[in-house]
Parts: sequence; structure tokens; C-alpha cells
Amino acid sequence: MPSDFFIPDPAGQVPTPQGYFGAFGGKFIPEALVAAVDEVAVEYDKAKHDPEFARELEDLLVNYTGRPSSLTEVPRFAEHAGGARVFLKREDLNHTGSHKINNVLGQALLTRRMGKTRVIAETGAGQHGVATATACALFGLDCTIYMGEIDTERQALNVARMRMLGAEVVAVKSGSRTLKDAINEAFRDWVANVDRTHYLFGTVAGPHPFPAMVRDFHRVIGVEARRQILERAGRLPDAAVACVGGGSNAIGLFHAFIPDDGVRLIGCEPAGHGVHTGEHAATLTAGEPGILHGSRSYVLQDDEGQITEPYSISAGLDYPGVGPEHAYLRDSGRGEYRAVTDDQAMRALRLLSRTEGIIPAIESAHALAGALEVGRELGPDGLIVVNLSGRGDKDMDTAARYFGLYDTDAEVAADETDTAEIEEDAK
Amino acid sequence: MSGNIQLLSDTLAAAKAEGRSALIAYLPAGFPTVDGGIDAVKAVFDGGADVVEVGLPHSDPVLDGPVIQTADDIALRGGVRIADVMRTVREGHAATGKPVLVMTYWNPIDRYGVERFTAELAEAGGAGCILPDLPVQESGLWREHAEKHGLATVFVVAPSSRDARLAEITAAGSGFVYAASLMGVTGTRASVGAQAKELVGRTRNTGTPLPVCVGLGVSDATQAAEVAGFADGVIVGSAFVKRMLDAPDHATGLAAVRELAGELARGVRART
Repeated sequence: MPSDFFIPDPAGQVPTPQGYFGAFGGKFIPEALVAAVDEVAVEYDKAKHDPEFARELEDLLVNYTGRPSSLTEVPRFAEHAGGARVFLKREDLNHTGSHKINNVLGQALLTRRMGKTRVIAETGAGQHGVATATACALFGLDCTIYMGEIDTERQALNVARMRMLGAEVVAVKSGSRTLKDAINEAFRDWVANVDRTHYLFGTVAGPHPFPAMVRDFHRVIGVEARRQILERAGRLPDAAVACVGGGSNAIGLFHAFIPDDGVRLIGCEPAGHGVHTGEHAATLTAGEPGILHGSRSYVLQDDEGQITEPYSISAGLDYPGVGPEHAYLRDSGRGEYRAVTDDQAMRALRLLSRTEGIIPAIESAHALAGALEVGRELGPDGLIVVNLSGRGDKDMDTAARYFGLYDTDAEVAADETDTAEIEEDAK
Repeated sequence: MSGNIQLLSDTLAAAKAEGRSALIAYLPAGFPTVDGGIDAVKAVFDGGADVVEVGLPHSDPVLDGPVIQTADDIALRGGVRIADVMRTVREGHAATGKPVLVMTYWNPIDRYGVERFTAELAEAGGAGCILPDLPVQESGLWREHAEKHGLATVFVVAPSSRDARLAEITAAGSGFVYAASLMGVTGTRASVGAQAKELVGRTRNTGTPLPVCVGLGVSDATQAAEVAGFADGVIVGSAFVKRMLDAPDHATGLAAVRELAGELARGVRART
């Protein structure tokens, strides 16, 4: 398909027609959803081969979203990364403020092609919810967003944005009251209302075809980044780094680099208070294979298959599962996954803000913290592309509390303290 | 030791021979406690249930409404384990000689090990399993082990299932077919969907010899009688659980589920 912006993976070895990436993936869904999920697969396959679909999506991605997104070199930040060159793929500059819009616009077009009039979605930090509410406003679709009650509190700004856009936001009070429970509730809605409703799933997890389809809609991130870094640095990077909750922005960045053996693909999972404390959401680091939300992948679970409650300061990464293609990349050795604590992520958030004037989302700050480590490992000859998947406006309340910015007395001393702390961080 | 798939088939056939539908009750293991859950299984058998499905509670019951979610939460907070589910099956069956199935989501069994789970369930006297998030395409390994251990594999069909799909599912299943009366999660409803009768008809048209039982939303004797008019079995879950949740104490809860089983048992004999 001759589009620079909708670049589905050329039919490769994964997933199989049954949706398997090696041992992971598949379609573990109730019978009531089989027809609807099959319909999505058939419609997506048709769309993939329809030049009109590519044209419509490209028009939206260029003229509405603002693609291509910039690739920004961040030398002052990179001084703290062992002197390696660091470039940020600026998905935060997309309309709605994150990468999520890439997938949402693709699936919104599909919703219209399937003749459905209502969209439901889950959201953690609210990035996917805001993007979905935006697309529904644009396309005139009814929209209901499920969000864990805890997340509606820590991301209150995004709740207001979704409501401003005309979406109904349902605060989910079951289980851990975070992303996992929002997905459970969205599935319950879908089973009951599947006739007119599309579940606009927000990450590269869920039953086949969602992991492959959502990946295809985000592949543009890596395709652009690969082209841009070749132009700007004259060579491929040593590492592509992204945060991983469900894994959509990471697979979007990684995918175009998979055939490039010299490019390390490094996913940064949320270690919360530390993997050893049990309070984390580092699924690929500490999980075991299992089934959650329609596919087999790594999950955080106990010895009898009960899903354990995850924790991260980042609502968007606070999830006990991960997309099956990441599980496949991990087990095949092509992908590397490491865990980043809340504290590391928050320090990286502040460092980027103060060295480059870019406030990242807390999710993306996990990738930045990972890049600082990787840069120090690579040394001054290193070249790193980091996916800056979203902007941090939504996180200002969490950050202000974390750093004590609401304490006006602290403001005066801030400058010198920060310089010292940033230097400390760099050691 | 072989599981009780034959007992399940014989029980459903006997109900049919009596010119009535079978009453199938669902109760989660470990709710309100493990022993209390076992008492409840015995009470619904005592009240007139022909078959009981014991729920293995799961942390993420995506196909259950608020009533069963609440019961699962109580059971899991109480620390229910798979060994407790097996004990519930064993004691419920031993006390009554009637068929007991397990209903659960796939991950607990996947994690526990299919061979270990099926062997233990058969040994406990279980008759089979209902696994509503394990579609027929992903069920090969399960069915191999279930068959080896004499356990039924009960698949769910839904109003959205197309005819070709119904043929595939009925060909792979055993014991009976679970026809979901409506598109939705578990929970009581004011009326049983009109889709149920149509679905039972389409399921029978596949030529399957399996009994077709209807569940989801059935909560009282009137609805049971209505469903008994076109189905081989009537499955009731949330209404039992709700009686237990609403009861001020365990003894009252047991009396309430026994009473409800009695009403429903009369319902399945009074086809409308």
C-alpha cells in the first residue's frame, strides 16, 4: 500500500492466522464475542488492502494528528547519559498529546466501516481515553470510557477532557480499581452491547487480531524514526528504548527495527517501589505465562492463576499483563526488558523538564530513565532513540505531590538543590 | 479413577424421561466459607437441583455480573484454593450421588496444569467442566485430558453464534450444551430473552444428541417453567448467590437456597 503513514507489517511469520506469536497470543474469548472479534479481523484485513482506507487514514494522520512527529536531539539531557547521543521520537506532539491517536483513528475508521455507532474503550492514564473520545467527537460516535476509580483520581484532568469531548466516563470500582479492572468492565459492556458497539482496544494485547492490528497502526512511529535517525545521525541507533505497560508505543517504535540486528530493542517496565517489594507492574521481568484479557502472554499471577494486583506511580503502566508480541520478543531474545522504579522515572521526568524544556508523561519517563542507564552502558559513541510517547500535563498533580511543588516555601531553594540532585542522579 | 460424565448424561436423560427439564444450580466454592459453600451445594441438591456447577472463583471474572463478582471476592479474600474446590466437588457428590461440575475461567486451570486438574477432578467424583472463556479452537489440550479422565466438556453457545459455529461447538462438546439466553454477563433479569428459544432451536438443528440447557438471567419458578418449555435444562446461578448474600446469617442463607431450589424444581416440572 503506497502510504507513508499506514504501513502494516508485510505478512510475516507472526502472528499465525490463529494469532500466535510463537507460544503467545491466540483468542481466549467467550463465545458471545467470537462473531464480533471475527468481524474486526475480516474488516481489518479488507481495510489493509483497500487504498481508500490508507488514503483516509493518511489524511487524518497528516492533517489532524500532525504527522510525521519530530525527532528531537536532547544534548543537555544526554550529558547525563554517559555522553551518548539521545534523540526523542516526539509522539507527545501528536494531537491529544500521545501516540494513542495513531491506533484510535485507524480503529475509528474501521468502526464506521463496520456500521457500528458506539465505541467503548478502557483507559489507564487517560491518554487512550482522551484519544478515543476525540475520535468519537470527530466521527459522531457515542463513546463510553471505562477507567479505574483510582485512575480517575490521579488523572482528573484527563477525565475532564474526556467529558468535555462528550464521552461518558465510568469509574470502575471493582478489583484493584485500575487499568485491568477497566478492561474487565469494558468486556462486560461489549458482551451485552456487541451489536452496535466496537471495543476500541488501546494496546497491543487482547484477543487476535488486536495485538497485530494495533501494532500495525503504530508501526508508523518506528518507520518514521528509522528514516529520521538515518538522515540526522547517518546511521542506525544502537538502541531503541520505550516504556512498556501493555506495550503499544514500544511495539510501534521497535517493529521497523526488528530486521536491523544491530539495533537493541529495550523495553522499560514499571518496577514501582522495586521488583523485590512485590509492588510493581514489571510483567516481563517478574511474571509467568498465562491468559489475561483474551490472549496468552506473561502475566503477574499467583501459583493458582489468580491475577495479582499491580502497582506503578504511572497509571498507564499499572497493568499485570503485556502484549503477546513482547512476550515473543523477550523469549526469542530479540527484545530486552528491564525494570525502572517510580523514583528513577520521576527523576528522569524532572531532568528532561529542566535540561530540555520538555515535560514528559510519567509513562515515557520510564523510557527516559532506561535511556540514561543504556547511555552510560554504551558510552560516548552510543546512539539512542527514545519514544517520548506522551506529554506530562496530565501528570502535574502527581508530580507536584511527588516533588513537593505545592509547598511554596520550597520554591526558593529549588534551583541549587536541583542541580545537586541532577548531578547525583547522573552518577 | 474415571470422572462422572456418564452420571451427568444419565441424570439429564432421566429428567427427560420424566417429561421435564433438569434443574442445574451454580454456586461458587469458598463462599461464604469453604465449609459454608459445601453446605450450600448440599442444600440446593436437597431442595431439588439435579446437577450443581461449582464455581472456581477467579480474580478477573469478565463474564460475571456484580452478584457473582461479590461472591468471588469474598471467597478469594477468604483464601479459597483449588484444593478447596476439589473438596467441595467431592463432598457435594459423595453426600448426594448426584453430578457436580466445575465452572471457571481458563487461566487457573492453565496455571495449575491441565493433567493435574483433570486427574484430581475425576478423582474427586467430578462430572466435567464449563470453561466460558476457552473457545473450541483453543480447547484441544483440555479436551484430550478431559476425555482421558471421563469428564464432560460443556461449551457455551450464544445468540450471536452462527449456525456453522454451532455445528463445530456441538461436535466438540460433551455432557450438554450451555445455551446463553441473552448477550450479557451473569445476573438476574426481569425476563428471559426471546433469543433463548431461537438459539435452542438452532442448536438442536445441528443434529447434536447433546441436551441443550439454558442459562443466564433465570431467577424464579415462572422463568424456569418458561425455559423448561423449550430446553432440556434450566441453569440458575446469580439468584442462588443473591439469596446467600442477602441472608443475615448462614443458616438463613442455606434455608433460602434450599427453598429457591424447591421453587425452581417445581418450575421445571410445570412447563409453560
